[in-house]
Amino acid sequence: MSREVKKRTGFSGKELARFWHKNWMGYLFLAPFVILFTIFVVAPVAYAIGLSFTNYNLMQEPQFVGLDNYKLLFLDDEVFLLSLGNTLKFAIITGPVGYLLSFFAAWVINQLKCKRGFALAFYAPSITSSVAMTSVWLVIFSGDRYGYLNNILLNLGMIDEPILWNTDPNYIMPVIMFISLWMSMGTGFLVFLAGLQNVPSSYYEAAAIDGVKNKFQELIYVTLPMMKPQLLFGAINAIVSAFGVFDIAVSVAGMPSPNYAGHTIVAHLYDYAFIRFQMGYASAIAVVLFVITFVLGKVVMKLLSSKDE
Amino acid sequence: MTLKIKWFKGQWLHITLSKVLLYIVMLLLVGFTVLPLVYLVCTAFKPMDELFVFPPRFYVKNPTLKNFGDLLVSLGSSAVPFTRYLFNSLVITSAIVLCTVIVSSMGAYSLVKFKPPGGAFLFNLILMALMFSPHVTKIPSYMVVNGLGLVNSYGALILPNIAVAYNIFLIKQFMEQYPDELLEAARIDGAGEFRIFLQMVMPALKPATSTLVVFSFVNNWNDYFSPLIYITSQEMKTLPLALQTISGGAANMAVGRAGAVAAATFVMLVPTVIIFTIMQGNVMETMVYSGIKE
Repeated sequence: MSREVKKRTGFSGKELARFWHKNWMGYLFLAPFVILFTIFVVAPVAYAIGLSFTNYNLMQEPQFVGLDNYKLLFLDDEVFLLSLGNTLKFAIITGPVGYLLSFFAAWVINQLKCKRGFALAFYAPSITSSVAMTSVWLVIFSGDRYGYLNNILLNLGMIDEPILWNTDPNYIMPVIMFISLWMSMGTGFLVFLAGLQNVPSSYYEAAAIDGVKNKFQELIYVTLPMMKPQLLFGAINAIVSAFGVFDIAVSVAGMPSPNYAGHTIVAHLYDYAFIRFQMGYASAIAVVLFVITFVLGKVVMKLLSSKDE
Repeated sequence: MTLKIKWFKGQWLHITLSKVLLYIVMLLLVGFTVLPLVYLVCTAFKPMDELFVFPPRFYVKNPTLKNFGDLLVSLGSSAVPFTRYLFNSLVITSAIVLCTVIVSSMGAYSLVKFKPPGGAFLFNLILMALMFSPHVTKIPSYMVVNGLGLVNSYGALILPNIAVAYNIFLIKQFMEQYPDELLEAARIDGAGEFRIFLQMVMPALKPATSTLVVFSFVNNWNDYFSPLIYITSQEMKTLPLALQTISGGAANMAVGRAGAVAAATFVMLVPTVIIFTIMQGNVMETMVYSGIKE
């Protein structure tokens, strides 16, 4: 590839013609995406990364400050370290749980009668906007005796006093995790379901001849290896959404939350970007978040690579 | 433990204990996912006195359509009718979904099957974009959209949402399962590249594109942030913003608007459910298409 590029810059007419002849169709198919992607994604992201090395308040020109933002972030910003801990705790639990649960649901539903009904029921929570659902959650997790959950637990005699679900720092994180699981399982579920449809039935027939006896053997020897591309997509999606937790945390616990118990990395980022307008510092937070998820993403890609090289 | 029941057409229906248990577990999971939504839907049909019952009642006793009437009437008096927001949302979301399906499929096809030089680099960029928190790029994005003179137009809401890293990544993952041999065969038969793409690749990708349609529709339909920063005039706003306007009025007319808010939330839910039902039917029915069998 690099040699081809060198030739291209070398302006050797014949080589250029051959290169173009071989690849023009590929570039043609790619062109619409590349153009829009460069303008609306690459440019803003690159600009944001650049800003992370500056002091920028949107009013004055950005000032180059080197690594100062990063130093401040890790050495002096205790709230950031707190948000990092919260986010890690959240991601370590909801990421794998949501991933496994949505795969399990897709696998089971694929074998049931009335698939479409079950599929709709399972995807339904992802259809809602988190803003619209807040009213429902606040009724369920209301901290007084009239909240549904408190009411049920009180009636069952499991608690004596109503629990302050969305204000007691001990309960904020579990409530956020519960709601996030509820809302985010659908995406992975849908991709897995489509992936299951993608496995040709002839593979199962062949496996049966080769001595695969039950559904679990089928899952391990046929379904999972065939679904690697979808499993990878689901994993990346789980990582990105687990580390990007924000909307739900804010709508449940408010911002800032009591004792910063519901403070996440993106909440911290949002605070600096859109409340304090310190874009340089906010960008540095984004870059740190990006490095964490990117490294994890690369590890997952290694594990689930679909090529047999 | 197996129970045999005579089923129609002389077939036997086998009911095993494990199957029954499985259905029970699944029904419990469905309860977990669906109950909060049932509450949401019930609220939209509650008459005034039931909306403010304490403790709040889950179900609705005397369902009424009054809230929907309120929604049309109370906003009808303001400059922009509710139907205008609905229209904006429908146009913008449909345009995005259509374009992103075509653009992402073409791009993924090229990345996987043509592998042009630079493709691997592009894919790495896509992965990086996937991992980059969208919040912090909002301000640079605004500068780009503003620089292109798109602010306060449909273009500002449509164009930036077409080439999404997430979408092309999704399609690419499915494209990798498509066998090269079929493409080779078609080329030998003299089919043009665009014909191959339209008549072979796109139909085979139906489970993937249907899934993308659902994701893209839901995300953009519920998108609150883009119109908030790109749209300044009232008649260009979309439903999520309108919803906020309606509930924002709650401060001065708290009692009058609560029902309308629930109704508006319900209206926002309906199209996504319809799209999902159609598209999911698509995924289920194409089942194992012959194209991918080797």
